[in-house]
Amino acid sequence: ARRCASPAGDKMAGADGDDSLYPIAVLIDELRNEDVQLRLNSIKKLSTIALALGVERTRTELLPFLTDTIYDEDEVLLALAEQLGNFTMLVGGPEYVHCLLPPLESLATVEETVVRDKAVESLRKISHEHSPVDLEVHFEPLVKRLASGDWFTSRTSACGLFSVCYPRVSSTVKAEIRQHFRNLCSDDTPMVRRAAASKLGEFAKVLELEYVKSDIISLFTALASDEQDSVRLLAVEACVSIATLLPQEDLETLVMPTLRQAAEDKSWRVRYMVADKFSELQKAVGPEITKNDLVPAFQNLLKDCEAEVRAAAANKVKEFCENLPEDSRETIIMTHILPCVKCPEVRLNIISNLDCVNEVIGIRQLSQSLLPAIVELAEDAKWRVRLAIIEYMPLLAGQLGVEFFDEKLNSLCMAWLVDHVYAIREAATCNLTKLVEKFGAEWAQNTIVPKVLGMANDPNYLHRMTTLFCINALSEACGQEITTKHMLPVVLKMSNDQVANVRFNVAKSLQKIGPVLDSNCLQAEVKPVLEKLAADQDIDVKYFAQEAVSVLALA
Amino acid sequence: MAGVGGGNDFQWCFSQVKGAIDEDVAEADIISTVEFNYSGELLATGDKGGRVVIFQREQESKNRPLSRGEYNVYSTFQSHEPEFDYLKSLEIEEKINKIRWLPQQNAAHFLLSTNDKTIKLWKISERDKRAEGYNLKDEDGRLRDPFRISTLRVPVLMPMDLMVEASPRRIFANAHTYHINSISVNSDHETYLSADDLRINLWHLEITDRSFNIVDIKPANMEELTEVITAAECHPHQCNVFVYSSSKGTIRLCDMRAAALCDRHSKFFEEPEDPSSRSFFSEIISSISDVKFSHSGRYMMTRDYLSVKVWDLNMENRPVETYQVHEYLRSKLCSLYENDCIFDKFECCWNGSDSAIMTGSYNNFFRMFDRNTRRDITLEASRENSKPRATLKPRKVCTGGKRKKDEISVDSLDFNKKILHTAWHPKENVIAVAATNNLYIFQDKMN
Repeated sequence: ARRCASPAGDKMAGADGDDSLYPIAVLIDELRNEDVQLRLNSIKKLSTIALALGVERTRTELLPFLTDTIYDEDEVLLALAEQLGNFTMLVGGPEYVHCLLPPLESLATVEETVVRDKAVESLRKISHEHSPVDLEVHFEPLVKRLASGDWFTSRTSACGLFSVCYPRVSSTVKAEIRQHFRNLCSDDTPMVRRAAASKLGEFAKVLELEYVKSDIISLFTALASDEQDSVRLLAVEACVSIATLLPQEDLETLVMPTLRQAAEDKSWRVRYMVADKFSELQKAVGPEITKNDLVPAFQNLLKDCEAEVRAAAANKVKEFCENLPEDSRETIIMTHILPCVKCPEVRLNIISNLDCVNEVIGIRQLSQSLLPAIVELAEDAKWRVRLAIIEYMPLLAGQLGVEFFDEKLNSLCMAWLVDHVYAIREAATCNLTKLVEKFGAEWAQNTIVPKVLGMANDPNYLHRMTTLFCINALSEACGQEITTKHMLPVVLKMSNDQVANVRFNVAKSLQKIGPVLDSNCLQAEVKPVLEKLAADQDIDVKYFAQEAVSVLALA
Repeated sequence: MAGVGGGNDFQWCFSQVKGAIDEDVAEADIISTVEFNYSGELLATGDKGGRVVIFQREQESKNRPLSRGEYNVYSTFQSHEPEFDYLKSLEIEEKINKIRWLPQQNAAHFLLSTNDKTIKLWKISERDKRAEGYNLKDEDGRLRDPFRISTLRVPVLMPMDLMVEASPRRIFANAHTYHINSISVNSDHETYLSADDLRINLWHLEITDRSFNIVDIKPANMEELTEVITAAECHPHQCNVFVYSSSKGTIRLCDMRAAALCDRHSKFFEEPEDPSSRSFFSEIISSISDVKFSHSGRYMMTRDYLSVKVWDLNMENRPVETYQVHEYLRSKLCSLYENDCIFDKFECCWNGSDSAIMTGSYNNFFRMFDRNTRRDITLEASRENSKPRATLKPRKVCTGGKRKKDEISVDSLDFNKKILHTAWHPKENVIAVAATNNLYIFQDKMN
């Protein structure tokens, strides 16, 4: 093919007989196609277009076009923001990277948070490709423009850009940046203050320690007392970062007062945040302050009047205990933490974290304080609460041991099998399987199998079916002997049940437990029954019987 | 009678009227809500047909100094369509119950509009550029031969006539069993609440698949139901406070900081009933149809069938001000019950400085009360008084025997012409009044 020099001087293929530009031409045109999927596809291949155009045309034509077409769907804008973060080489390398700023600046003012966040992420990425001079000439002015922009969205985006340009600019510019950040922390709009609060920690990390103490602390205190709950709760997160930056001796005066205030905030959402961040706070402030301040604060959160806060605190009990200094751990847990845990939901959470707490406190002691709670929850009127407890049962059983289980929890597990809610019966069946796996087939034979088989005579057909479901679940764990000697006879007897549902479930059970039985048994005992069921009046019974016959290859 | 709304020389005059002139009113055209945005530059209306029309104020021009910026159509779109609930075999009306604007966060405008069941967030944006230049097509649209494409063309943006587009950005659905009567944006600008007859939900503007139920007054046994929620609003500055009114004339103020569930109120506002005026209709007419906080956040106003009351948030046992809207209807309650008018839900609004309040009445009358001078005025929205800048003449209803000239007797009032929805510009003396299918805009006279 002949070479054709374009006016821009880049080498391009194309001339009669060469359609190599065609795919790129399609991509470019599809940037404006009505179908959003095609537009998205073109944007995802933006680098291909840029390569074909060459660096100069990309800079002078493609980028201006992209800067002004911010009319699109979120997915397209998101993809565009992402692409531009990787475009440095496609515009000619670091010396031209600032050309990417205008389209990204546009994207940073969009109302869709995900798009804005991606634009900010890309801006952060390319900031590292800017030389210090370019940073001051191009990047920092952009940040300033966004920070003083009319739109909330611009100012919000600016908050995410301070930390990347600060380290590499001159001290005059640094002072300006600090001033801008201060302004945004006291912006009229909650949205902007929220953005500032969420970036406070990150900004603090790049500041010199003297400015952390002088600027950041006062901003932090102000945000932590903001009139908007949504701002105050973000200050709690910032607390963790700030605490890690300061030397221990400064924490008590600079950070703790604010943290104490947050733990007692009138808004439950702020207290919730404190509870949620408790482990991080614990690590940040160190053991001494934890003992003196955090333990009482944690106690209060565990006893908070709002259930959501109590639950969040309860979630952190395990981690909190694990990270306590070894010498005082046991006393703190026994005397301060456990007594605070009175209400069922919180206890449920502690129970689920038993395997750790268990190492510290004796089983007997634990079971004495928690068993009443377990029994209470197991019989709760709300079925979802009962369900939650069943799910902890295998873990509990493992922790507490087989004797304790037989003594105290066995009857609960059996009662669940005949609960009036199907989901409970189902979960109870699954629970039994796990218990058999833990305690073994012999235990099963002695304790639960007799009771399960006993249900086969229950007047309620749902309970008789539960027997079958249990057998389905337990046969493999119990093994061939138990299944053949004890379970199979019961199943076969139920093939004469009055209720068709029971009969067809017999067929399904036989199909399920078949693999556990030996072939003699299958031929001698199972096959005749299945053949009888295959001639049953009810079509469902016939169907499942025939299926079982074919699956077990008994025909 | 001048003076209401600002100063002694103050007078209202006609500015514009929008809508069809003919007598036959199409049901779909009946305006069901009116709302100015935060700056007053935009005015939105919703109608029974599920459409939203947004008017934009013209910039004041040097050519016509005497006419303040007029409101012209900026955008029209179909917000809601009628739907069918298959589970309950019920039709869901597309009527727009409420529109609330969001504070402006970038060049585009956002509003929430709701029907009985679904709330939608709409983005209204302008486009004034169009891309031109294709690779695969000629200028006249003919496809080019792929083999003849020798250079690549990047589209260029050329100016075009301004186009205003409305697009639905979020749909908040399936959270209300009963009919939504209110939506209100929180001062944190990230959450809003929606209220139906028995429940109030809290939403995050960016999350559509979850909402938190914060108030639930549904009794365990529905036969014990005696009271429903009629309106709800967030406090203008305190992000944790909201109020809701009931069909029994009570208002409850709740604090979202205290607990996640606000079934227990922090404050309970109720005026003790005057035993001498008790009647069969007492409870019905005490039902509050609208509740609005003042801009200052210190007061709130409630509208019941016959009056408007201003409450100080610090005093729960009675309102600080009561204004009679159309007391002459008290003796007509029986017939108003029979023609269902007694169930009409009138709204009320504050002016920007909280010095005056406005509410609608029948016969296309609307009433304004000046809280400082205690003067009140009745005006009429009618095509007869619709000459540009014509001063509105105060109207009077005659209750006694002798009817003066220009007065209208109670029995001659047209109860089909009701003004339920009114709005006051947030900063200026410009009001929008919805009279069935017409929207009237009135302004103060330029002195």
